[in-house]
Amino acid sequence: MTSAHDIAARVAAGSSATTEVETSLAAISQRNAELNVFLYVDEEGARAAAHQVDERIARGEKLPLAGVPVALKDNLCTEGIPTTCSSKILEGWRPPYTATVVERLLAAGAIPMGKTNLDEFAMGSSTENSAFGPTLNPLDPRRVPGGSSGGSAAAIAAGMTPISLGSDTGGSIRQPAALCGVVGIKPTYGLVSRYGVIAFASSLDQVGPFAANVADAALTLEVIAGHDRMDSTSLPETSPSLVAHLKDGVAGRRVGYVKELVDGSDPDVAAAVAAAVEVLRAQGATIVEMSIPELQLGLSAYYLIAPAEASSNLARYDGVRFGLRVDGDDVAGMNEATRTAGFGAEVKRRIMLGTYALSAGYFDAYYGQALKVRTLTINAFQKAYADVDFLIGATTPSVAFPFGSKTKDPMAMYLNDVFTIPSNLAGDPAVSVPFGRGEANLPIGVQLLGPGRSEAGLLAAAQVLEDAERAR
Amino acid sequence: MSLPDGWEMVIGLEVHTELQTKTKLFCGCANAFGADANSQVCPVCLGLPGSLPVLNEQAVELAMAIGFALHCSVAPSTFHRKNYFYPDMPKDYQISQYDLPINSNGYLDLPDGSRVTIERAHLEEDTGKSTHLGGSGRIHGADRSLVDYNRSGVPLVEIVSGPDMRSAAQARAYAAELRGILIATGASDGRLEEGSMRFDANVSVRRPGAPLGTRCEIKNLNSLRSLQRAIDYEAARHVAILEDGGKIRQETRHWSEDLGETSTMRTKEEADDYRYFLEPDLVELSPSIEWQDRVRAALPPMPAERRATLLTIVSEPTSAQRDAVGVIVDLQLDRFVLDAVAQGADAALAIARTSNEIAAGIDSLANLSLDSFVTTLQLEASGSLSATQAKTVLAEVLATGGDPVAIAAARGFEQLASDTLSDLVASLVEAHPDEWHRFREGDEKLAQFFIGQVMKATKGQANGKAVIAELNARR
Ligand SMILES: [Zn+2]
Repeated sequence: MTSAHDIAARVAAGSSATTEVETSLAAISQRNAELNVFLYVDEEGARAAAHQVDERIARGEKLPLAGVPVALKDNLCTEGIPTTCSSKILEGWRPPYTATVVERLLAAGAIPMGKTNLDEFAMGSSTENSAFGPTLNPLDPRRVPGGSSGGSAAAIAAGMTPISLGSDTGGSIRQPAALCGVVGIKPTYGLVSRYGVIAFASSLDQVGPFAANVADAALTLEVIAGHDRMDSTSLPETSPSLVAHLKDGVAGRRVGYVKELVDGSDPDVAAAVAAAVEVLRAQGATIVEMSIPELQLGLSAYYLIAPAEASSNLARYDGVRFGLRVDGDDVAGMNEATRTAGFGAEVKRRIMLGTYALSAGYFDAYYGQALKVRTLTINAFQKAYADVDFLIGATTPSVAFPFGSKTKDPMAMYLNDVFTIPSNLAGDPAVSVPFGRGEANLPIGVQLLGPGRSEAGLLAAAQVLEDAERAR
Repeated sequence: MSLPDGWEMVIGLEVHTELQTKTKLFCGCANAFGADANSQVCPVCLGLPGSLPVLNEQAVELAMAIGFALHCSVAPSTFHRKNYFYPDMPKDYQISQYDLPINSNGYLDLPDGSRVTIERAHLEEDTGKSTHLGGSGRIHGADRSLVDYNRSGVPLVEIVSGPDMRSAAQARAYAAELRGILIATGASDGRLEEGSMRFDANVSVRRPGAPLGTRCEIKNLNSLRSLQRAIDYEAARHVAILEDGGKIRQETRHWSEDLGETSTMRTKEEADDYRYFLEPDLVELSPSIEWQDRVRAALPPMPAERRATLLTIVSEPTSAQRDAVGVIVDLQLDRFVLDAVAQGADAALAIARTSNEIAAGIDSLANLSLDSFVTTLQLEASGSLSATQAKTVLAEVLATGGDPVAIAAARGFEQLASDTLSDLVASLVEAHPDEWHRFREGDEKLAQFFIGQVMKATKGQANGKAVIAELNARR
């Protein structure tokens, strides 16, 4: 598919956005029935938006994403358009408002094509937890696309849209990006507004882009980032300049090659990371081999903090005001019947875990302890960044895995996020960029991690890896 | 009401007050009472998926004003989520301040000189309002329940006192004084009937000097009268149980105004586990010192100070005048009285007429100009109008907005000519020789007897001072 940069350039030059929309719709209709990428395709809305973009271009407006089709994870609120979080509890709900990130895409001339599949309420790593069926990996339909933003990653891999948005709470952008062979960015916490993003774990959730290349991902992030007064945790500064720094390279940069971000991964993945390290070294970076043992504690802390926040965030799905309602004998009975029918097994598991972790008598031992581990993680990263500019490791322990291979054992599934979770705990940015191929010729994701607001440097390094990958 | 000998009440109050902000605590919806149901709502105060709270600065300012008025210290504070399921709470958690409130460690001095400590005064959001149809009107057994979310997200400050009060009357005085302070700060309109202030009372009893007894919390009292009655009832209930050899069960109780009694809402065992944790959608609230100083400097005088100011216009205030001054400040009429005195009205008369006649006609205060008030008082002071006539004139000015001189003339309120009064006093002296004798011997109380007789004979048309002058002239 044509890149977002190229589409925006030719629409700005007078080519109709409608052409881009029709191309995207054709690609969607060709494979969506098979892959289950989109839960909802907004054909009419996309065509109408294309006309508006053409008019705005004709009026002389400068639109950085003019006519660029975009896929939206179905946990982003879109006014009048179904927004389900892939849950029966929200089936048929049409929000009365639009998420800030979507507003910004629209303002930039992008065209939302529809809503993509995810693990219910973003809880999962394979998109198998969707109430509306799994999404298949476009590169091998017997395998998962990763999750929870599996649909948005697959939309890029299947050439349906050049860019898409996902959300990353413990790796939900980077892991599916790695498994689908695309670029995914988890920005600094607070860089991108969460207003209108249906919360899973508020202190960890962050929206970010997918794209087929680093430059498109950077451009998309520039459009959606920057302060939003509707989100109190939004950072005060305006959007960073990213695309302009993509050619900065890595010469003179110090890169930490972290043992704990590779240990436990398959040999093909470890080999790809090692090869990426050599590319950076060859481009002038200084490689520092290091160990950050605290990162191994992240997984268990995450599986207390995220469910605890989720248990509270998901309390509002009670049958009273919106979404599913199943009647009961009284209010509590209605609440219970609605939630029993509306939530899937993984969501229920996490609500119970989180409720337990916050309960009187257990709070200190579980949630309180997890917060201490979170502080340890933050401090460990800070110590590392006193020595190096950024870190490198694997995004996932393996390439895309077959359906059903981890659904019986939640812990095996949770372990898929072991390399990505620490960045969420610390609130730091990280990028997954395709580099090398592994088992069954499937793509491997290399992860670059940096301190808060280091996106420009991380993307420049990702660009170095992408260039090397293309040259191979 | 007081408890049987050998028992002491211990009362602490939690007072919720709605803040008079333009908008709600975390969204831009209007904060106004009485709009159509569910007309002042948005994704945030409806708790729709994806919505996020943004703290209202005006609410912070009013909360700080309350804190400063209550001599609290303002410190960096945080918000927590208090989790429990209830249909009128859209997110099924309430955003409230928990371990770090904005205001803490203050006090409130009551008019009787007692001091009540203020443990904290923190910010939180209000819930929606449920109406239960059918059954008893409560949620259990109702056929249908309706919820109005206009109140959802309205800013509240909860003011928590220490367990410092020892009688229901003192608790009532505390609530009344607090109400005056909240109105003075501009934080609240103090309209109890609209639910602008609600009281929860923690009540226990003990033998004086003994450790605190087991307490019960009476929820949602919405008038000063209910507050006092409920506390009295509850304390008597405790004493009766304890004297019977029973034990008090710690619980939350409901007050029925109709039945005049409290009943169990839920026991301690049934209490929710609120699973408090730090609200991840908000950041720490740390008002700058400059902001705090601005709020503190803008605070108007509080009721205690205003009462003291008003009392300075009478040289040796009687206890009736002290009470009157309390009424006047409560009604926000102290400035009016001070202005009247500055324009030449007699201070004692101004206080008396304001706390009685004007207080009674407060709803039509707009009809009474300062000039009319001063004129009426001057007519009374000069003897042109008797006290009774002056009261009648004031009442009519309040009712109609008319001119006091014209009203007095229209009613034929002309003082008795002095020779008429002189003749009348002479005949009364003759008719009551014993009383006259005692008066002449120095029993001044008898003056009141003769004034009463004169008033009776003239249907209140005479001036009391003139009668005394006439009596003294004959002594
Ligand atoms: Zn609102």
